Amino acid sequence: MDGIPVRLNFGLLAALLVVMLASLMAGRTWVPFGHWLSGDLQSLIVMELRLPRACVGAIVGASLGMAGAAMQGYLRNPLADPGLFGVSSSAALGAVVSLYFGFAISAWLLPVFALTGAGLGMAALAILAGRSGSLILFTLSGVILSSLTGALTSLLISLAPTPFASSEIVTWLMGALMDRSWDDVRIALPVSVVGMGALLWAARSLDALTLGDAVARSMGVDMGRLQWLIVIGVGLTVGSSVAVAGIIGFIGLVVPHLMRPLVGHEPSALLIPSALAGALLVVLADCLVRILPFTSEVRLGIAMACLGAPFFMMLLFKMRREVA
Amino acid sequence: MMGLRFDHLSLALRGRQVLRDVSGHFPPASVTVILGANGAGKSTLLACLAALRTTDSGEVTLDGKPLLAIPPMERARQIGLLPQQADIHWDINVRALVALGRLPHHGRWGRRAADEAAIDEAMAQTDCARFAQRKAQRLSGGEQARVLLARVLAGKPDWVLADEPLANLDPAHQLDAMACFRAAASAGAGVALVLHDLTQAARIADHLIVMKEGGIIASGPKAQVLTPAVLEAAYGVRVYIGQDETGAPVIAPVSRVA
Repeated sequence: MDGIPVRLNFGLLAALLVVMLASLMAGRTWVPFGHWLSGDLQSLIVMELRLPRACVGAIVGASLGMAGAAMQGYLRNPLADPGLFGVSSSAALGAVVSLYFGFAISAWLLPVFALTGAGLGMAALAILAGRSGSLILFTLSGVILSSLTGALTSLLISLAPTPFASSEIVTWLMGALMDRSWDDVRIALPVSVVGMGALLWAARSLDALTLGDAVARSMGVDMGRLQWLIVIGVGLTVGSSVAVAGIIGFIGLVVPHLMRPLVGHEPSALLIPSALAGALLVVLADCLVRILPFTSEVRLGIAMACLGAPFFMMLLFKMRREVA
Repeated sequence: MMGLRFDHLSLALRGRQVLRDVSGHFPPASVTVILGANGAGKSTLLACLAALRTTDSGEVTLDGKPLLAIPPMERARQIGLLPQQADIHWDINVRALVALGRLPHHGRWGRRAADEAAIDEAMAQTDCARFAQRKAQRLSGGEQARVLLARVLAGKPDWVLADEPLANLDPAHQLDAMACFRAAASAGAGVALVLHDLTQAARIADHLIVMKEGGIIASGPKAQVLTPAVLEAAYGVRVYIGQDETGAPVIAPVSRVA
């Protein structure tokens, strides 16, 4: 059993590296391998546009994939999504505030606002849910937080000083990886790595939760501490990914689903494969939106939603067969 | 002061007194059975003994140390809890489920040979090895109950607390489960079982505790406790107490006391 996730992880990692390399070639202009380090304009495209973009894509995908796997394990619900917590909508609200006030001139300000939003969202979540570690209180707190921040975001869109500002906000909310720079990598990578560390630290407790919280507690799991790890882990991973890419749905929901049967359904074994597969899926999808022959690039968030919906329909049909 | 001991536990939940000043003691290397009608406070008492609940007053001690002062992982290695309700949330296979019982023992980096041996032993004891690779969620209720018991035994706890462990088992596997608990006690563990089957209780118990409305109405060795008067007071039923041809007790409820 233990050998399977290891082989799976290596396979996914190899596939991710291949796809990231391929993504350096793909786009409006095709840049073959030989030109990557040539020092001309094409190598500039690769080194300053496509490579950071691929890295941001991998960070975002890994963050969302692992956050989704951890959320599903924690809530013991295969339909849980990192967005459920309200952390991603808090981060989005932070970013929207910076767009609203036109602060987005500096490359650093929007992500910093988004991370601040995520941090405030995490704090609000922890205060609302209290210290009990109760899943119901926690889920309700997340629902309250995400509807409140969603409403505030809509309010800002409707109050935007210029039509340009409101369209900028709406476009940003759709999520994309275009024009990402190394600055975005520098912002997202450390935050996301710390978040993933927190989630991996919680892995054993997630396994224990398979048998319900009474058994988990009897096996030494501190539910209050676990809730903190999840809030911090999901908050930082999701916050960093929203900060650099806007809201990209479905990764956190779909990827753990795809990986779960491959790791024998164990929540702890699911975390790393979900991160790798999430990264793979985002980088792949981002290549696709770049080479699709539309006049303007399709937003990645929209593309993911378009891919995600049919996937869920398939899942629904499968569940219908099992129920019948 | 060896053993798992509880002194003057009282607990009120939503205005109802669920434990009333109960005290007692589970000695090591023996089986203690807790009897009582539904709602008498048996499961609450087990939850307190597993440190899942705190009480309004009183204290649980393990070998003289306050239970709540023992670090959770250390406590988890010593006390194994088999709750009444079986939750299996993911479609994991049987061996992976039983392996969860070793979580408090191995570090973050995976199981060692001793862990694997304990898992295999627990599965053999509970007759689960045959379906080690099947999905736990798809087993029958009785098979699941055995797998969940194997999870507890795999942890080799010094104290086994089981809440109605026979509820879903067929007669053959009831006997097997009782043999597992007896084997655990013979190996030195203190076993506390909440049971409703009076015959099984009479056969396995070294000591009994009888609860009613949150209090303890009788406790001690079975000759003192398993009497028509005590059982009538506990359950409000008349019982038949007899013996089978080997001399082992047979206790069956006969009629309600009006």
